[in-house]
Amino acid sequence: MRVGRRVLSGVVVAAVVALGAVAGCGGKSSSDEVVLVTHSSFVVSDGVRREFEESSGKKLTILQTGDAGEALTRALLTAGNPEGDVFFGVDSNLLSRALDGDLFEPYEPAGLEHVDVRYALDPEHRVTPIDHGEVCLNYDRAWFEDRGIAPPEFLEQLTEPRYRGLLVAQNPATSSPGLAFMLATIALFGEEGWKGFWADLRRNDVLVTSGWEEAYNARFSGSSSGGGDRPIVVSYATSPPAEVIFRKPRPTEAPTAVLTDSCFRQIEFAGVLRGTSNEQGAEELIDFMLTRRFQEDVPLSMFVFPVDSEAELPPEFSKYAVVPESPLELPPEEIEANRERWVDQWTDTVVR
Amino acid sequence: MGGPVDRHRRPLKGGAWRALTYGVPLTFFGLFFLYPLTAIVERGLTGAGDSPIEVLTDPLTRDVVWFTVWQATVSTALTVLVALPGAYVFARYEFRGKSLVRAGVTVPFVLPTVVVGSAFLSLLGEGGPLAGLGLDQSLTAILLAHVFFNYAVVVLVVGGLWAHLDPRQEDAARVLGAGRWQTFRSVTLPALRPAIAAAAAIVFLFTFTSFGVILILGGPRYSTLEVEIYRQTAQFLNLPQAAALSIVQLVAVVAMLLVAGRAQGRRTEALRLRPTTETARRPRAARERAVVGLNLAVMAVLLGVPLGVLVERSFDTATGYGLGFYRALSELRSTSTIFVPPVEAIANSLVFAAIATVIALVIGGLAAFAFAGPGRGSGHVGRLDTLLLLPLGVSAVMIGFGFLITFDEPPFDLRSSPALIPIAHALVAAPFVARVMIPVLRSIDQRLRDAAALLGASPARVWREVDLPIVFRALLVAAGFAFAISLGEFGATIFIARPDYPTLPVVIFRLIGQPGPLSFGAAMAASVILMALTAAAILAIGRFRAADLGEF
Repeated sequence: MRVGRRVLSGVVVAAVVALGAVAGCGGKSSSDEVVLVTHSSFVVSDGVRREFEESSGKKLTILQTGDAGEALTRALLTAGNPEGDVFFGVDSNLLSRALDGDLFEPYEPAGLEHVDVRYALDPEHRVTPIDHGEVCLNYDRAWFEDRGIAPPEFLEQLTEPRYRGLLVAQNPATSSPGLAFMLATIALFGEEGWKGFWADLRRNDVLVTSGWEEAYNARFSGSSSGGGDRPIVVSYATSPPAEVIFRKPRPTEAPTAVLTDSCFRQIEFAGVLRGTSNEQGAEELIDFMLTRRFQEDVPLSMFVFPVDSEAELPPEFSKYAVVPESPLELPPEEIEANRERWVDQWTDTVVR
Repeated sequence: MGGPVDRHRRPLKGGAWRALTYGVPLTFFGLFFLYPLTAIVERGLTGAGDSPIEVLTDPLTRDVVWFTVWQATVSTALTVLVALPGAYVFARYEFRGKSLVRAGVTVPFVLPTVVVGSAFLSLLGEGGPLAGLGLDQSLTAILLAHVFFNYAVVVLVVGGLWAHLDPRQEDAARVLGAGRWQTFRSVTLPALRPAIAAAAAIVFLFTFTSFGVILILGGPRYSTLEVEIYRQTAQFLNLPQAAALSIVQLVAVVAMLLVAGRAQGRRTEALRLRPTTETARRPRAARERAVVGLNLAVMAVLLGVPLGVLVERSFDTATGYGLGFYRALSELRSTSTIFVPPVEAIANSLVFAAIATVIALVIGGLAAFAFAGPGRGSGHVGRLDTLLLLPLGVSAVMIGFGFLITFDEPPFDLRSSPALIPIAHALVAAPFVARVMIPVLRSIDQRLRDAAALLGASPARVWREVDLPIVFRALLVAAGFAFAISLGEFGATIFIARPDYPTLPVVIFRLIGQPGPLSFGAAMAASVILMALTAAAILAIGRFRAADLGEF
């Protein structure tokens, strides 16, 4: 029994210690800490984060809770008893769901006057627009130059024989840029025409991957990481500057370009989580996210555009990125009402 | 003490011992598995949203269930077929660099699927060197990747027992005139059967819940239940349907485990186990050398080539081969909050893995003992032990959501507590530990224990003197696996989401989601570091010798 008792007491002690440790670092914040709940693509520069902490006197903790969809599902499950104080990362495609789920407390931040009204989709101010990004077709400039073929200028051209087998897109059922691109075709061709367009794309040998990573890194010829052989890919308006910034040595010209006609706009919002234990800190954080300092940090950390129209873009962006002037858009309620049906129809058209 | 000793139903001595072996694992799995799972399924079924019936009656769901079961069955059969000869080679032969090869074989098991997926894609995809095979976005690619990931499971679980089988029994059969095949079928195979069943069940569950491999290598045409559950939760935010699909998944897994329990046989014969030093030797005859060489070649092609691609790409910078991506790992830190220096991620990974291994060994070891310890080799529990594997066959996403709504009140608001990370890892690793140990425990001759008990030894003492020396090797295999599972675990770690303690897989994931070739290259470099770390850990664990426990 000697060994048995020692093991037993060891287990008991370990359990008590573990529970004690666990209870000591629970999720809720105190008044000198603000917890930002967000998705796994959220990035902020160290300096900017420190600036918030110094000016507000509160520690900023960032909880990343999965991709955009997972993070929102998680927030909806814990609505009213949230894991933090502010949620960032509801995009316009999922906005209706978040508002229906009664996730946020209304708050009208101070910096809203600098924000273009096109981005403020919620008149009740439950969410505040923070950035926007566009999903666009990118193409490999060298590929087209080497072959003396003109790159496509309009979406419709992709079904032409000369662009056969050149496009790689993502499955809207498993990828958010894939979903955005499908929505782009619906916005452009309407309920009547979009399926026909995709049927033609299928005949023109479109390649569909499950996620952005495989499409861009492994299938696209314009990214230096993979060595794929398709010169047109569904990616972002900001991918060309990324191809410049993250190459060593930096090229003088962006190796890829955007087909501006194909861009679909996604706006990302933040809101004060209902049930927060630190409402004041949450509001200060939302205010901070609209300050010029934060807005000007957004392009190079998350590769999206600021909503503050006066925020200055970094030189890499003004030089290599195109801000689409009139991108394709759909109202969030319409997306919410039809998303599943559209994805099913897309699957029927393109996969089965 | 005293009283008659019934061989099958010996009264247990020491209530504390019984409480320990049953109570601790039951509490652990009940608290961290059944409770959150029930809670989330209930919330899903009663909450707002589409009717769960809709998804169940959808003919597409039937196709998905069929494909999930079918691909898992084929993947399992293939893995066992390909890896069983490998297990034989490791068990029966000594060759130079054996422990290194063994560690290398384990490496694929821990790698994140995104990374392996990209290695396979660069080989099989359009423009890749093997594009001519036409395996891009094919079922074959899925199956190959499943074999790649799970080869180690069969080699280590089956090989662990095989190494202790007394070769003289086979020799005896041969002397009596049996052919090689007949000897294998009638002597070796029956002895190995429980271990093969255990390994096959584990591989089945891993491939049954396959997610990343299906998405990346299969493309949009293939979908498993796990993929559908992810889609319903993350894309459509449709919890009722996700809950319904989880129930389907659960029912299928329980049915499979019960079938496996039956196939495993009611009672395992006690085996004559020998130290590995007596069973393995250098290959002598040309045939033996050919067998060893052929298996090493299979490992080199199947496992070595994709791993080699990853290593190559981690050095292949825009300016030629160099350490640029490894340096980038540290440099990216200066630009953003999200990245931590690689040393820190390595330290986090090692600490979590060490804690998870201890928890898994305690919980899994006690569970194994409850099911297969003295006097428990027979009867109804003998078949239920397969159910221990249940956590491996249930959607990690759903368990994660379950945690969210069950541990959400102070003082047990554990939702974002770092303590949950090793617990989540142990949830996967503990069943593994139990399954690795049960076949070995069952093979211990009960008469040895009875003799010790008759001589006055307490149950704990019996365990210490009889069982422990024999199971020590299995315990090492189990510890190695638990450690590897934790090192490579990604889903739960990212779900628990403490940005302050990223593990290596989390760093890899963050890098691969960033735009630009530099971050992609850095992700490859981080993967190579993870590979090296795993190999080193497996080598180190293999060096433990049960010096004071007799040479086993």
